[in-house]
Amino acid sequence: MNNHVEVRGLCVKAGTTTIVEDVGFSIPRGEVLALIGESGSGKTTIAMALMGYARLGCRIAGGSVRVGDTDVLSLDEDGLAALRGDRVSYIAQSAAASFNPSRRIMDQVVEPAVNHGRLDRKAAEAKAVTLFRSLALPNPESIGERYPHQLSGGQLQRLMAAMALITGPELVILDEPTTALDVTTQIEVLRAFKQAVRDQGATAVYVSHDLAVVAQMADAIVVLNKGRIRENGAAAQVLERPADEYTRTLMAAARPERAAVDAPKATAAPLLEIKGLNAAYGTTPILRDINLTIARGATLGVIGESGSGKSTLARVIAGMLPPSAGSIRFDGAGLPPSLSMRSREQFRRIQLVFQNADTALNPAHCVGEIIGRPLAFYHGLKGAAATRRVAELLDLIKLPASLAERPCGGLSGGQKQRINLARALAAKPDLIMCDEVTSALDTVVGAAILDLLADLKRELGLAYLFISHDIGTVRAIADDIMVLYAGTQVETGRRQGYHGVARHPYTDLLIGSVPELRPGWLEEQGDRPAPPAIGQPKDGADLCRFLPRCSWRVGGTCEEFTPPRHRTPGGNIILCHRPEGASEGAS
Amino acid sequence: MAGPATRGLLATALPLIGKRVASGLLTLLLVSMVVFFIAQLLPGDMAQELLGQAATADAVAALREKFGLDRPAPERYLRWLVGMVTGDPGYSLVANMAVSDVIAARLPNSLLLAALSALVSVPVALTIGILSAMHRDARLDRGLNVATLSMVALPEFLVATLAVLVFSVQLRWLPSIALIPADASPWLVLRSLAMPILTLSVIVIAQMARMTRAAIIQQLSQPYVEMALLKGIKPARVVLTHVLPNAIGPIVNAMALSLSYLLGGAIIVETIFNYPGLASLMVNAVTSRDMPLLQACAMIFCTAYLLLVLIADTVAILANPRLRNR
Repeated sequence: MNNHVEVRGLCVKAGTTTIVEDVGFSIPRGEVLALIGESGSGKTTIAMALMGYARLGCRIAGGSVRVGDTDVLSLDEDGLAALRGDRVSYIAQSAAASFNPSRRIMDQVVEPAVNHGRLDRKAAEAKAVTLFRSLALPNPESIGERYPHQLSGGQLQRLMAAMALITGPELVILDEPTTALDVTTQIEVLRAFKQAVRDQGATAVYVSHDLAVVAQMADAIVVLNKGRIRENGAAAQVLERPADEYTRTLMAAARPERAAVDAPKATAAPLLEIKGLNAAYGTTPILRDINLTIARGATLGVIGESGSGKSTLARVIAGMLPPSAGSIRFDGAGLPPSLSMRSREQFRRIQLVFQNADTALNPAHCVGEIIGRPLAFYHGLKGAAATRRVAELLDLIKLPASLAERPCGGLSGGQKQRINLARALAAKPDLIMCDEVTSALDTVVGAAILDLLADLKRELGLAYLFISHDIGTVRAIADDIMVLYAGTQVETGRRQGYHGVARHPYTDLLIGSVPELRPGWLEEQGDRPAPPAIGQPKDGADLCRFLPRCSWRVGGTCEEFTPPRHRTPGGNIILCHRPEGASEGAS
Repeated sequence: MAGPATRGLLATALPLIGKRVASGLLTLLLVSMVVFFIAQLLPGDMAQELLGQAATADAVAALREKFGLDRPAPERYLRWLVGMVTGDPGYSLVANMAVSDVIAARLPNSLLLAALSALVSVPVALTIGILSAMHRDARLDRGLNVATLSMVALPEFLVATLAVLVFSVQLRWLPSIALIPADASPWLVLRSLAMPILTLSVIVIAQMARMTRAAIIQQLSQPYVEMALLKGIKPARVVLTHVLPNAIGPIVNAMALSLSYLLGGAIIVETIFNYPGLASLMVNAVTSRDMPLLQACAMIFCTAYLLLVLIADTVAILANPRLRNR
C-alpha cells in the first residue's frame, strides 16, 4: 500500500477487440511515470482508465486501478465525477481543441475548483492568477478574460496546466502535452510543467511517443506496444540499457540515421533557381526575399516553426500562389507564376506531396485509381499498360501489387503516405516537394518513409524540396538546409555547415531546443537571458524578424539597421549583424 | 496576441449585425421586384377583371387611366413600393376596401397562432433533441427517433383530421373550428386554438428536434466535451454549459427555417379549422385575382422569413466569440 497509484491487470475492450491487455504498474507518491509507445499502443486509453473513463465504444473490461485509498473502477458515475478534475486531473494533447471555443479562459480554468466546491469563484480566480504567473504566462491578471482563439498554442497548453492544477490534485495525467507545439515553445512548456507538478507534490503520468521528452520528465518508464507492456523500469535504465527489442527499435527511430546518399556533383545549370522571391496572402506579406537553388538529384531541406512560411514556399513553386516579386527558373527556363499559365509538362515535372495522407487521398477510391489518375493525365496510359505501371510503382514504394484493388480508406498511416508518394512518382517528376510528410506518422514508420525517399532519389535521380519543422528529420535527408523565420531566410548552407558553432541565433535556438535522449538535459538548459528592450528603428530599416527573441542582439545596431547577409566560417550564409552569428568571440 | 482585452460586445457585434440587416433589406427589395413583375405577367389586369368580358375597349382604357394602370411598369412599381414602405399597399377592388384593412383583420390571428405554436414547439423540440443526443443510440434515442420520424412523415391534414376525430368527435373536449369571438376570454382563445397549435407543432417539432440532435451530436465529439467530462462536470451540465453555446448557432438557424413555416405554411391548418389567417387570405387573393392583396401578402411572408433569419444570425453572432471579437 505504499505506492500512490496501483494498476493491476487492466483490460480495455472496444467491442470484442482487446485494445489494452493485462497492464499493471505502480507509482510511488510524487513520482512521474511515463507511458510511451506509438499510436495504437493504448497509452492514452490506459491514461484515461486511471480516471475510470473510456471513450465512446470502449469499455474497461477488467482489472483494478487504485489511487490513494480509492478503488477507481468500483466507483459509480457520481463518484467518478467527484474524482475527476479534483483529485485526478488531465492535460490533453491539443489545448486548442480542448478548450471550449465559446467561453472565456477564466470560466474554464476555475470550473473544476468551483464545481467540486474546493474554492468559491473569487478565491479560485485569485488562485488561477497565481498559477498563470508561476507558469510564466504573459499578462497573468488579464489573460483569463480572453477566448481560446486569441491565444497561441503554447499559452493554451500552459493555461490547461493551470486548469488541471487549480484543485491541487494528487495525480496529474499529461497526455502528449507538447506534441502539437514548436520545439522552441516545447522547451518552455516542459520546464513550466515540471516545475508546477513538483511544486504541487503531485504524482504524474506522462503520456508521450517522444523518448527524448520523456527522458526529461520521467522517473520511470513503461513501454507499450499494441496494448501490452513491453518494458517497465527506471527511466535511466530504460534509456541507457533497454532490455526489450521493441524499446531498442523506438530508440533507433527517435534519432533517424543519415539516410541520404551524398549529393550529386553540382551540374552547371541548377534544376530549380529562385531569386528575390516575395509572396503575400492578400496584403499580408508571407515570404520576403527568398533565394535558393536545387541541383538535379539534390535535396533542399526547409525548416522553420509553424507560420514561418514553409508551406507557402511550396505553394508558390507549385504555382498555387503567384509570387508578388522575384523569379522562379526551372531547368533553365522561367516558370510562369500561376497555375493557369503553366503547361501540363510543367505540372508534371514538379509534384507536391502533402502532409496528411488521410485527407489527401480520396477514401472512396481504390489504390489503383488514385495512382492511375496521374498516369492517364500525364502519360495517357490506360488499361493493361496502366495496370502494369501501377504494379511497378507499388513495387517501387515497397508495397504488394495486390494492394491496387483495395480502397485506401482501410490502409495504415504509413501505407497511405507511400500511396501519396506513389501518386507523385506516377507523373515521373524531376522535383518532388514533400510538405511535412513524416510529421503525422509514428517515429518508426516515419523513419521508414525517409529511407524510402533516399532509395527513390538514388534510383530515379529525383530532387526534393523537403519541408519539416523537425531538424533531426531534415538533417537525415537533406544535402542543403534553409532556415525560415517569419518568412525570411535567416540561414542557408550545406548540411555539414549546421554542425559548427557559428550559426544564426535562431538556428542556434532551434537546434538547442531539441531535447536530447538523456535525463537531466532540460535542467542544463539554463534560462536564456531576457533580451533588452528594443529601441526605435532608423527610418525605413527592415529589421531582423528574430530581434524580439534574440539573446545575441548587438545593442545600437540590431534595433536600428537592416541586417546584412554574411558567410560564416562554416560556409553557411546567415542574415545577421554578427558575422559569426551565435558564437562566442564575435564582437 | 496580448492586445486589448475583449472589447465591448455591442461595439464589435453591431457592425456584423448591421451588415446582416443591410443584406436583408437588399433581399427584400429584390423580392419586391420579383413579386411585382411576376404579378404583371399574369394575363388580364384589374380593369378587365372589374368590367367583365362584355366591357368595351374604351371603358377598360378609361378605368385603366383612373387606376394609373396605363403608366409604364417601372413607374407603377415605384409607386407601389413607396406605398408598401409607407404602410399603404393599395386598394383591393375585390373586397372593396384598403388592402391594409383586409390584412389588419387577419395578420393578428396569424401572428397569434404562429407565436403560440412557436412557444410550444421550441422548448419541446430542444428537450427532445438534447435528450436524444445525450442518449445517442440508447433506447430513449431510438424511441424518440421513431417518434420524430413519424411526425415528419405524417401529412398535416391527417394530423388535423385525427385530432378533430379524437378531441372533438370522440372526447368532445375541444371545438372543431377555431372561430374566436371578439370578446373571448384568454381561456376560450386557448381552447379554440389548441388543435391548430397541436397540428402545426407536430410538424415543426420533428424538424427542429432532429436538427438539434444533429448539431449537439456534432459538438459532443469535440475534444473540449471530453475535457469537461474529465474535469468532473456531470454530463447534463456539460451539455447545458459547454455544448449548447457552441451548438446554438446551427440550432437557431434550423429553427428559423422551421418557424417560418408557421406563418405561410399554415394554409391547411387554417382551412381545416376554418381559422381566418393570412395564408388562406393569400390563397383567396390568388383565386380572385386580387393583385394588390396578393403582393402585400407575399411581401409580409418574405419579411417575416427574413426577420427570423436575421434573429438566427444575430443569436449565432452573439454566441460565437470568434465572430464577435477577434
